[in-house]
Amino acid sequence: MNIAAAVEIGHLAHEAPSSAAEGGHAPKEIIVGYGFWIFLLSDIVMFAALFAAYAVLVHATAGGPVGDQLFSQLTVAIETACLLASSYTCGLMSLAVGARRRGAFYLTAMITFALGAAFLALEVSEFAEMIERGATPQRSAFLSAFFALVGCHGLHVGVGLVWLAVMVAQVAVKSFRPSVVRRLQCFSLFWHALDIIWVALFSVVYLMGVRP
Amino acid sequence: MSATHHESAPVLAQEGPSHWLVYTTGLFLAVILTATSFWVANTSLLWAPGIPLGLAVLAIAQMGVHLVFFLHMTSGPDNTNHALALAFGVLVVFMVVAGSLWIMGDLNAGMTPGDRAHEHPDASLSGHGTGRH
Repeated sequence: MNIAAAVEIGHLAHEAPSSAAEGGHAPKEIIVGYGFWIFLLSDIVMFAALFAAYAVLVHATAGGPVGDQLFSQLTVAIETACLLASSYTCGLMSLAVGARRRGAFYLTAMITFALGAAFLALEVSEFAEMIERGATPQRSAFLSAFFALVGCHGLHVGVGLVWLAVMVAQVAVKSFRPSVVRRLQCFSLFWHALDIIWVALFSVVYLMGVRP
Repeated sequence: MSATHHESAPVLAQEGPSHWLVYTTGLFLAVILTATSFWVANTSLLWAPGIPLGLAVLAIAQMGVHLVFFLHMTSGPDNTNHALALAFGVLVVFMVVAGSLWIMGDLNAGMTPGDRAHEHPDASLSGHGTGRH
């Protein structure tokens, strides 16, 4: 009975009570969305700590390489384009889920996955190139903070890719049942949040970093 | 105004061409802001000391675009809880980042010249190293 109610509310989102005070229990998808929103904010607070460490240590290069010598703006621009485009296709994916259109869902999910994977591949090759040139995390406090911050974001993207693959499999097996739709909703929140963190990241680390 | 009533939570699965338009508008604005950021970082036309501030403003503007157009944050009554949580998150982020920079900057400035002298042996050592080569 609960599930039937949730399905109905899912289809008629605008008829849901506008606040918990007047309508008793909020529908489950709103509670889940809100809970995930709180998780994302705590994740962003964790990133804030890494950003603070980076900002404090950015000049502690210990005679090692500085950002200007290490970062390639072209790579960063392509990475940014990949992540922004994948955020957009992720939005289109949630529209396809809302319309319950399987074909459009698979197409947008595949594009989102491919763009996210391209971002991750570029970042890994960038890291590999830096390490080859001797700019390892052990070299200086600046590089430790850099790898911790950018690596943590890359790790999040990697987890997001695995999550997306699992969601595609779940849609293939279970179709758009309410629990799957809720997970997809959380996934798109997660993916958009990663893009927001990347905006701060490329501005602070890469663009401010290349200036003397 | 009735449009805001539909948005009972960020990224609720919704349909229709108008939502497609919302995402496309967001993408368009985000691309413009990103391109401006990269241009600002590389140009020599602007006053150099102001560039970090300009980049910060552009980044915050782009985060706002992402929040409104991709995550569908609105100021409507249905979004009060999300907005309050976000405001608290922003406060914590601000305190962590600004507080760390302030405290560490203060500690650096407060170091006595005697403490700084400890750094010199390292510098002279590396000088020796390069001298030997």
